[in-house]
Amino acid sequence: MTSPHDDWQAAVDASPVRDVPFETMSGVLVDAVYGDAPYPGQYPYTRGLFPAGYRSRLWTMRMFAGFGTAEDTNARFKELLRHGGTGLSTAFDMPTLMGRDSDSSWSLGEVGRAGVAIDTLSDMEDLFADIELDRVSTSMTINGPAATMLAMYVAVGESNGVARGHLAGTIQNDILKEYQAQKEYIYPPRPSMRIVTDMVKFTTAEMPRWHPISISGYHIREAGSTAAQELAFTLANGFAYVEAALAEGQDIDEFGRRLSFFFNSHIDFFEEIGKFRAARRIWARWMKERYGATDERAMMCRFHTQTAGVSLTAQQPEINIARVALQALAGALGGTQSLHTDSYDEALALPSEKAARIALRTQQIVAHETGAANVADPLGGAPYVEWMTDEMERQAEAIFAHLEELGNGSILEGCYAGIENGYFVGEIADSAYRFEREVNADRRIIVGVNAFAEGAEDDDPNLLRIDAETEEYQRKRLETVKHERDSSAVAIALEQITADAQDPTVNLMPSIIDAVRAYATEEEVAMAMEKVFGTYVEQAIV
Amino acid sequence: MPAPSTPSHKIRIVLAKLGLDGHDRGIKVVARILRDAGMEVIYLGLRQTTASIVAAAEQEDADAIGLSMHNAGHLTLAPAMLAALDEAELDVPVIIGGIVPDADVDILMGAGIAAVLGPGAPAAEVVAAVRDVVVS
Repeated sequence: MTSPHDDWQAAVDASPVRDVPFETMSGVLVDAVYGDAPYPGQYPYTRGLFPAGYRSRLWTMRMFAGFGTAEDTNARFKELLRHGGTGLSTAFDMPTLMGRDSDSSWSLGEVGRAGVAIDTLSDMEDLFADIELDRVSTSMTINGPAATMLAMYVAVGESNGVARGHLAGTIQNDILKEYQAQKEYIYPPRPSMRIVTDMVKFTTAEMPRWHPISISGYHIREAGSTAAQELAFTLANGFAYVEAALAEGQDIDEFGRRLSFFFNSHIDFFEEIGKFRAARRIWARWMKERYGATDERAMMCRFHTQTAGVSLTAQQPEINIARVALQALAGALGGTQSLHTDSYDEALALPSEKAARIALRTQQIVAHETGAANVADPLGGAPYVEWMTDEMERQAEAIFAHLEELGNGSILEGCYAGIENGYFVGEIADSAYRFEREVNADRRIIVGVNAFAEGAEDDDPNLLRIDAETEEYQRKRLETVKHERDSSAVAIALEQITADAQDPTVNLMPSIIDAVRAYATEEEVAMAMEKVFGTYVEQAIV
Repeated sequence: MPAPSTPSHKIRIVLAKLGLDGHDRGIKVVARILRDAGMEVIYLGLRQTTASIVAAAEQEDADAIGLSMHNAGHLTLAPAMLAALDEAELDVPVIIGGIVPDADVDILMGAGIAAVLGPGAPAAEVVAAVRDVVVS
């Protein structure tokens, strides 16, 4: 009978190793792990998913970027890849996120502002021009119209000679948190869940390197939740997707290993590390014990991390670099699989090129200079860290119990109920207001805002400006595409989407792919489904 | 900070998110701050149009309108809001809150926006700004 340590050692021996010295600055060799079992790579993965942690492979430095036109963002992508970024992450503008074309009256003033504008396959072709899609992994942060963007990516791959089976990446597609926090929904929750499930089925069958949902706490936290609420709401949404897929007869071991997560790394260092460790443990336990997963990969909570945009201050923006460094370190010590570091100017505008480069350099310092990547779970076993991990888990379990009660034993139904009765938005707004009151009462210090404010007069960062011509240019592009395409082919393809939407036994992906290939616009595809699914309007509550 | 002279009636303010921008953390916090300060807050919610805001301001007999903008659309959307109010011959001051670079504040004020509140504005400043624009 082997011991957990023997098993761990065997797993480490079988793992890849980076070709760097694992020693301190003073030349002291360090082991891959310290402390007790269960070791990294062992269930329930509190200490990390991989036996040797970042010794095998560093986290992916995935910088979120997107602004202006597809060509603008394509240039930024290439810049990030040249500077050592190892994955792409696409930010879309608000009209694209909401399923609206650039020529819609709703899009006025918002085209290309907060991300890149994508109306048709033609824009997607430019976005990924001269980028080897079989060699990079791409993340697309979009939810309501996620199926359309995935369809366009598949179509771009095909026209570049990369089959869908070779495309690697993630699409956020986490619709539940849209109703809870980010508010970028199109249809009501239940039909939206049908689209999500169709995408899970489609990618499971045809895109083995694709993650069809990135279950995201980031936006829940940014909207004002506490760390424990972020953890609990996110994992509960994950359980809901699992229950929905199981109800469709999907194999938990097949789709379970394709799910990934996305968390915020905020400024309370140890609370964040405890949250990351608790996330892995809770997910593993629920997947195994409650949902019956047997493949270890289906129990692993793989996650991306982004530093907390909301923690950045418009006052003395350069000091945000220090905040981001600490948050990045927390992400690394928490064992994240990939990391986006925010730019110091993000409380003022989209990142300038220089600010984005400094942000990437910040995580390179954490990775290559601090030694944090030499040992897996270096804080494991520390009494405070272990207590915090347990405390995060305890608070999350209390929230799961509440949702289960709301849903009469089903977390999926509990999530629907919590969306309908305002539970999630209410909890998040309460936490946001509590925080604001604490800052206003000076019970909580924000450096540069309610304390240590001297020096603010130096603020003069060189901000990225999106000029008004972008909107005009994008509208013209769209007009040209509409003029040049075969409109009767588009009409037929859109009718097929509407017909498929009416039949819940049909997967929507094939007809959406056909439509985007014919250069149907994003809004046309959205409307083709809206005819059947209707729209969602949030009740305004404060 | 000495409170400016308070109008005799309870201030009524319409708050809204204009356009597609879904960032509503700030405006919800501001709604509670103003309510705690004794004002009547009518929060219209997300995805409002200039027409829906004009209609609400008219029906609610609003003393002020507060719009929250986080998507860099302020230079287009703020003037559109003012034009819609003009067209309706409604003289209600408009306050913008959210992510507005310093360089744009003067442009907005020049266009007729009554006040701009940036990130980190303390509660007292928010309340004072609303009282100021209503009194003047």
